Amino acid sequence: MIAASDEIGRRFAEIHPAFDPQAALVEANRCLYCFDAPCTAACPTHIDVPRFIKKIATANLRGSAVTILESNILGSSCSRVCPVDVLCEGACVLHRYNKQPIEIGRLQRHAMDYFYRSGRRLPFTPAPDRAAKVACIGAGPASLACAVELRKRGYGVTIFESRPLAGGLNTYGVAEYKLRPADSLREVELVKSLGVEFRFGVNVGGDVSLDDLERDYAAIFIAIGLGPPTPMKLPGEELEGVVDALRFIADYKTAQTIPVGRKVAVIGGGNTAIDAANAARRLGAGEVYMIYRRSEREMPAFLFEYEHSKLEGVQFRLQTQPVAIRSAASDARRVGALECVRMELGEPDRSGRRKPEPAPGSNFTIECDMVIPATGQSRFLDFLSKCRGVEVKDGCVVTDPATGRTANSRYYAAGDCVNGGREVVDAVAEGKRAGLGIVSWLCGAGW
Amino acid sequence: MADLTTNFAGGIRCPNPFWLASGPPANCGEQVLRAFDAGWGGAVWKTLGDPIVNVSSRYSSVDWNRQRMMGLNNIELITDRPLDVNLREISEVKKRFPKHAVIASLMVESKREAWHQIVRQAEDAGSDGLELNFGCPHGMSERGMGSAVGQVPEYAELITSWVKEVARTPVLVKLTPNISDIRMVARAAKRGGADGLSAINTINSITGIDLDTLTPRPDVGGKSSHGGYCGPAVKPIALHMVQQIAGDEQSRLPISGIGGISGWQDAAEFILLGAGTVQVCTAAMHYGFRIVEDMIDGLSNWMNAKGFRAIDDFCGVSLPRVVEWKNLDLNYKIIARIHPEKCIGCELCYTACWDGAHQCIHLDRATAGNVHGRRTPAQVEAESARRIASTPIAKLDGANGDGGPYATPLARIPRVDEDECVGCNLCALVCPVDGCITMDRVDTGRPFESWEQRSAALAKGGQC
Ligand SMILES: Cc1cc2nc3c(=O)[nH]c(=O)nc-3n(C[C@H](O)[C@H](O)[C@H](O)COP(=O)(O)OP(=O)(O)OC[C@H]3O[C@@H](n4cnc5c(N)ncnc54)[C@H](O)[C@@H]3O)c2cc1C
Ligand SMILES: Cc1cc2nc3c(=O)[nH]c(=O)nc-3n(C[C@H](O)[C@H](O)[C@H](O)COP(=O)(O)O)c2cc1C
Ligand code: SF4
Ligand code: SF4
Repeated sequence: MIAASDEIGRRFAEIHPAFDPQAALVEANRCLYCFDAPCTAACPTHIDVPRFIKKIATANLRGSAVTILESNILGSSCSRVCPVDVLCEGACVLHRYNKQPIEIGRLQRHAMDYFYRSGRRLPFTPAPDRAAKVACIGAGPASLACAVELRKRGYGVTIFESRPLAGGLNTYGVAEYKLRPADSLREVELVKSLGVEFRFGVNVGGDVSLDDLERDYAAIFIAIGLGPPTPMKLPGEELEGVVDALRFIADYKTAQTIPVGRKVAVIGGGNTAIDAANAARRLGAGEVYMIYRRSEREMPAFLFEYEHSKLEGVQFRLQTQPVAIRSAASDARRVGALECVRMELGEPDRSGRRKPEPAPGSNFTIECDMVIPATGQSRFLDFLSKCRGVEVKDGCVVTDPATGRTANSRYYAAGDCVNGGREVVDAVAEGKRAGLGIVSWLCGAGW
Repeated sequence: MADLTTNFAGGIRCPNPFWLASGPPANCGEQVLRAFDAGWGGAVWKTLGDPIVNVSSRYSSVDWNRQRMMGLNNIELITDRPLDVNLREISEVKKRFPKHAVIASLMVESKREAWHQIVRQAEDAGSDGLELNFGCPHGMSERGMGSAVGQVPEYAELITSWVKEVARTPVLVKLTPNISDIRMVARAAKRGGADGLSAINTINSITGIDLDTLTPRPDVGGKSSHGGYCGPAVKPIALHMVQQIAGDEQSRLPISGIGGISGWQDAAEFILLGAGTVQVCTAAMHYGFRIVEDMIDGLSNWMNAKGFRAIDDFCGVSLPRVVEWKNLDLNYKIIARIHPEKCIGCELCYTACWDGAHQCIHLDRATAGNVHGRRTPAQVEAESARRIASTPIAKLDGANGDGGPYATPLARIPRVDEDECVGCNLCALVCPVDGCITMDRVDTGRPFESWEQRSAALAKGGQC
């Protein structure tokens, strides 16, 4: 049983700790200052990477931070949570020079930490207020980014959020050793200081209707993310000790009392499954198994996440499919084991990955007292069906990628609910483009 | 095997041409003994004269991209130790190291008697030669010494001749670079009877200003004073000055090359331009006496590879290759060639050529049919800014990424417009990858023609 948040802090020591100032200078000076830099191109928000790095090298940390914030208002959380290996750092030309790409993420963090440490003075001044107001649904990264673009140009913004805190998954979902809620919330404060209004505990579609919003706001921005994990429909899913990954993560991050099992089975092979498995380890579980039905090669998690998880002591049970959750011999209401079957990999399926088939008669059980399903998030289909004229395909809102505009010209959308679940930086980039899309629509409509 | 032994300026013998320059590393006997143990071939003692009082602080430096002390500046004066102590230590060092060169650097008031006296004292102590410090650019010059002498050819000639009246060992004159034409003083020293020249002393400088206190560095109680600049940053200036005097008939004397020498390559370059020995101060201050080991080793290996058996074999060999601009071949042509397999795609050559040269490098390899493409840098950047990028996610984008990092995309490999390239070298200089941009000779089919010849021919043509 873990309670106090400082205990969480201790157990979730950062995996990418801050640079000390001297080391940051050494690293910043390695950057070649590429022209039309590939790191900048690879960043979904197109942060001018060499420019902000050069400013670190010249000890202009304020200028560096503002450079970052001009492109990405969540520059601080992105510096911590971005999968930089497949983004900016993956694109760094130094891979082909001496095989040591610039540590862009940590340098970005260095500049952003300075920004928050030195008093969070506004990076830009909003234009004079205009009459039109925009409603943003959901206070995750996409909305925060969209709201800032609107405020910069003087439009009013209200963000409606069903939870008590803003930040979306930055506050409730991302692994604690990458980003702490406090660090997510200080970015929310920055957005607030630009004049964005927040309404917490308001579930749009329930507490407030879309009609209300259409009446009071010139445009509506949908950034509701994805829903809770889809049930796996396994016998025994209702047993005590079965906790879905998102709830498990949100609970420990907001430091509620969390019982973690001694032996934990996490079901899934994605980044969320890995986060949940690592968290279970850090919270004190002796054995943590990750149950994934295909092989290492097909695993959807990023390679660096998989490698990291092995270091955390997670044990991988690959080509293994759960068939039932069994109750404990001592207590019929509690989890006692996970029954699985071995999988053989057959011909490639539609996704190009080899199709797993159960090997007959290969059933076996893994003893465990906690099961964490992490097999993908559901879509808010019910809510989306209420958004008149908004086209939805495969559970995702359809938008024009350049402007975030939906099939209904007053509705815009961005983030996980559009892209099906990418990363924070994608939500920011899409939110930003949608913000600009709304601005040009409002301007065109004479607002 | 390379033989580094040197016999310099008519009688200064030493096991190798690497000397400590007059300065802090050659301040006292204990240091010089350790330096000789480490392998240095000679030492020019910290300038002797009437003891002075120094200030603190005394040094400041210029760093470049975190490299410390690319240039060093000092406002230190000559020795602050009593003359008799220095002289006694010179004798001791000579006794322990009879085959190494100990040179006494001297600076006294501009009085004949004073110079006679110190020359006798230094030689009686056993020094193998004398170096007249006409170069110290700060402090001493305010008192009519150092560069105050070195900047006036008549004074330099007169004092050299006074010294030569009594000197029994070779007399070197150390030149100041703080003068518009160093040959004027070199010639004066030669007329005065000098046996050799040492070049260069430090260059007048203010290295920088503390942006918090607004006081220039080094800070002496809120004030500063110009100092003397040395270290790697000054090497090109020193090399030029050595070449100037080595290439001048009226200055020609054995030269001890000084200024920014930090390794064997630097030393080889000074020798190729005519230096017989080299002196080192900053590098020894930065890394200690031990650096001489690689200087000796590296120079020997290079000499062996080149087939030079002795220093004399390559001393001055590059001098004839320095000519006046008007004698260069106008018909020699090179152009830049980018070797795509080495290119890492930084596009520094592209921006350098557009903004700093002749706009003849283009980013058009991936856009076929656009051979003389003229996308400006601003257009290139605007296109990138418009491009939508997203995080590759296996589940959404199909197959797992192939792992990266990837080969340089064709679109990022710049292309040189060979018809437009003027062969300035800039792109090859900025390219971070060795051998990625080569400057290749192209045959113009025209014979050698210098500007001098061309203008003579034009003048003739004009007459008819
Ligand atoms: C476990 C986990 C770990 C992750 N780790 C990383 C990581 O390390 N790095 C990374 O870059 N990305 C990570 N991601 C992905 C990232 O968190 C998301 O891509 C990003 O948060 C999407 O932002 P968003 O604004 O679209 O949605 P969200 O962050 O999901 O925000 C949506 C918000 O809308 C609110 N909302 C929903 N419906 C309503 C409604 N009807 N009315 C009012 N409010 C509503 C929700 O409460 C929520 O606060 C992770 C995701 C998960 C699940
Ligand atoms: C701190 C310091 C003190 C020096 N003192 C003297 C000196 O007393 N007499 C002298 O002739 N040159 C003096 N010099 C100049 C050096 O001998 C040498 O000419 C100059 O530093 C260039 O060589 P470098 O680039 O290897 O340092 C001094 C240099 C420094 C850095
Ligand atoms: S690609 Fe690497 S070296 Fe080039 S600008 Fe970006 S961080 Fe610097
Ligand atoms: S500077 Fe060199 S490595 Fe960089 S783009 Fe040009 S040729 Fe390629």
